[in-house]
Amino acid sequence: MDRRESLRTLVMGGMASGLFLTSCVSDKKSPVEEGDVLEERENYGRTPEEIERDEELMSETFFTKEEMAMIASLADIIIPEDEESVSATEAGVPEFIEFIVKDIPEHQLPMRGGLMWLNRESSKQFDRSFVEVSKENQLKIIDQIAYPQDFEKTSPGPTFFRRIKNLVVTGYFTSEPGFKYLDYRGNTPNVWDGVPEHVLKKHGMQYDLDLLKHAMDPSTRNEVMNWDDYQV
Amino acid sequence: MSFQIKKQPKQYDVCIVGSGAGGGMAAKLLADAGFKIALLEAGPDFDPANNEQRTQLRWPWESPRRGAGSTRPFGDFDMAYGGWELEGEPYTQNNNTEFSWFRSRMLGGRTNHWGRISLRFGPLDFKRKDFDGKGDNWPIGYEDVKPYYDKVDKLIGVFGTKENLPNEPDGFFLPPPKPRLHELYIKKGATKAGIPMIPSRLSILTKPVNKERGACFFCNQCSRSCMAYADFSSSSVLVKPATETGNVDLYVNAMVREVLTNGEGEATGVSYINKEDLKDYEIKAKVVILAASACSSARILLNSKSSQHPNGLANSSEVVGKYLHDSTGSSRGGFIPKLMDRERYNEDGVGGMHLYTPWWLNDSKHLGFTRGYHIEYWGGMSMPAYGFGFNTQALQEVIGDTSRNAYGTGLKRDVKKFYGATFGMAGRGESIPRKDNYCEIDVNTVDKFGIPVLKFNYNWSDEEIKQAAHMQDTFEEVMHNMGAIPLGDKPGKDSNYGLEKPGKIIHEVGTTRMGDDPGSSVVNKFNQAHDVPNLFIMDGGPFVSQADKNPTWTILALAWRATDYLIEELKKGNV
Repeated sequence: MDRRESLRTLVMGGMASGLFLTSCVSDKKSPVEEGDVLEERENYGRTPEEIERDEELMSETFFTKEEMAMIASLADIIIPEDEESVSATEAGVPEFIEFIVKDIPEHQLPMRGGLMWLNRESSKQFDRSFVEVSKENQLKIIDQIAYPQDFEKTSPGPTFFRRIKNLVVTGYFTSEPGFKYLDYRGNTPNVWDGVPEHVLKKHGMQYDLDLLKHAMDPSTRNEVMNWDDYQV
Repeated sequence: MSFQIKKQPKQYDVCIVGSGAGGGMAAKLLADAGFKIALLEAGPDFDPANNEQRTQLRWPWESPRRGAGSTRPFGDFDMAYGGWELEGEPYTQNNNTEFSWFRSRMLGGRTNHWGRISLRFGPLDFKRKDFDGKGDNWPIGYEDVKPYYDKVDKLIGVFGTKENLPNEPDGFFLPPPKPRLHELYIKKGATKAGIPMIPSRLSILTKPVNKERGACFFCNQCSRSCMAYADFSSSSVLVKPATETGNVDLYVNAMVREVLTNGEGEATGVSYINKEDLKDYEIKAKVVILAASACSSARILLNSKSSQHPNGLANSSEVVGKYLHDSTGSSRGGFIPKLMDRERYNEDGVGGMHLYTPWWLNDSKHLGFTRGYHIEYWGGMSMPAYGFGFNTQALQEVIGDTSRNAYGTGLKRDVKKFYGATFGMAGRGESIPRKDNYCEIDVNTVDKFGIPVLKFNYNWSDEEIKQAAHMQDTFEEVMHNMGAIPLGDKPGKDSNYGLEKPGKIIHEVGTTRMGDDPGSSVVNKFNQAHDVPNLFIMDGGPFVSQADKNPTWTILALAWRATDYLIEELKKGNV
């Protein structure tokens, strides 16, 4: 997958160098307001040194084709497609894993060695490499390392499985489809006015009345503070 | 290649080294008063509204590492150019001690990513020795600084509530945001344990304080520095208006080597290396203000050696670099089962906690330690980044559900179920400054600019370790009372109860402490060097002790106070 393609090119109003957006209110003080969506760029605020490092890592390849195929099939076992959301490979997880092992090199040896271990285990049990055995037999091996007996918990299989599972989960849930599935609502200009009333009720909570008296009032929050009647 | 030193022909009134809280404040006030200023910053120019530099409101997938901390220790989107390790700029340690030195090289320095926790020191905090006999009193008290805290509140903006607590003075507070759901849960547990939890005091604009800065739009990302300037960053809030006066020449990428002096023991300017052409330059000024951060300013002084100042400048007391101290820190994570499968809404709020716990045991005599700590909280439905979901298996173990969902749709659903149900608490405490915790020059090591580097020597004492143990007990008690489950093992004696290594909390202060006695302090109570009347230090270096309060608000207030004094002295012709 091309990383460029993985980045959304959005959306309503772009934003350059802190210029005020033309949408919404004309006299607004802030460069962004509720509902604004910022255009995404490939440069995510890097220093020249960081850009250089990224480019260098991008130009390198760590995993072989065969290893990437294994990572892809493991990723989709760990996070498959279902009626609610796409699979890990669809969300770009294998490409993320290829990048992150270059970025955080302590992943390299355990990942490469773990994949080797898995292939050997597969050959031992089914006389074929992991990607060549049937889905059913793949899952037999995965069950052994995903639900290890107590005495096996620190052996190579389960240890590798925990690592790749963590990378798949984190790669998935930091992707755009992952956010959609998680139903994450933040990272957008808004006005915080407390926990919704019905949620408070559901949890048996309520706001302290005295606090409510002093808390930020959304209706006046853009007015410059006036200290004339303020006593310390 | 010529190594001729380039001298700026211009003579400035004041040369300021460092553009963080102290340097920014001095620059703003002096520029407003009409003085000609050279402001030197060791890093590049920075503006969070510059799209090339902006990280605010970016998504994790914009980063190929999903925001991991490979190049910036607090992650890709954190707005500190630097960290505990800088390429080509090492530091060393004495006697196997471990001090970690965080440097952020950019306009505004570390104020671009800090927690905005803006607490005033209270009356006790300036005079702790009077009560426990340890360390030293400040030569000034709360009443001396109060008018400046007031001014800082109004100029910069801080939200909070008037609580009338004896050692947590109230200020000019903007209205606070309402608490988040997990904070209400924590408050229930804290209240049961007799521990207060009050609205936090953060320098974030829930209402504007002037027409130049916008109001907070609640993205929870103050650590990324705000493009609307709705939080306090020195670059956005102080340096920007200072340069707009036309009285400030800003020198970026200027790495100061030493303070220059004349035969009469006065400062005449500074020498610096331009990081772009790697040449040496000199700037001449009537007054020099060091605000490079406590350890950097100490390093500059110690490297400013001459036959007149064989121990370094302003160091006849030999306490430059001594009494280095950082806040203590220890933390614990937890899990609130009642928050599983919670309803979704945008819970970002401001960048930091909406409620915190101030130190509540000033009157307790038998804790085994005498200085306090406050508690900070995090949690809720915050934005996932690299590392998200790593704890899924641990949470499955906590709820006793390990025979299924190790992979597959069940795993996916569990991650979703647990989202927003974890939280944490961290104590931030006062340590006792000691002369044998220090930085000095390592004569055998230079950085890539040829400048001798710092060598650290720092050990926690029993006081700090016992304080961390108390934090851990408190965390468990609160978690128990609120129906939460502490995660992981409780840190014990073998790990000093989770006490972070010195330098990790990034509140290091004390290296050029103030005092009335020139024999035991570096600056007087107006941040003016005892030995060199036209040299001032306006960062955290002059702190005699750091309270359990984050130092920035006090750096700002003291810099304002010192600059008022300096302006008077300049007018009188005394400096």
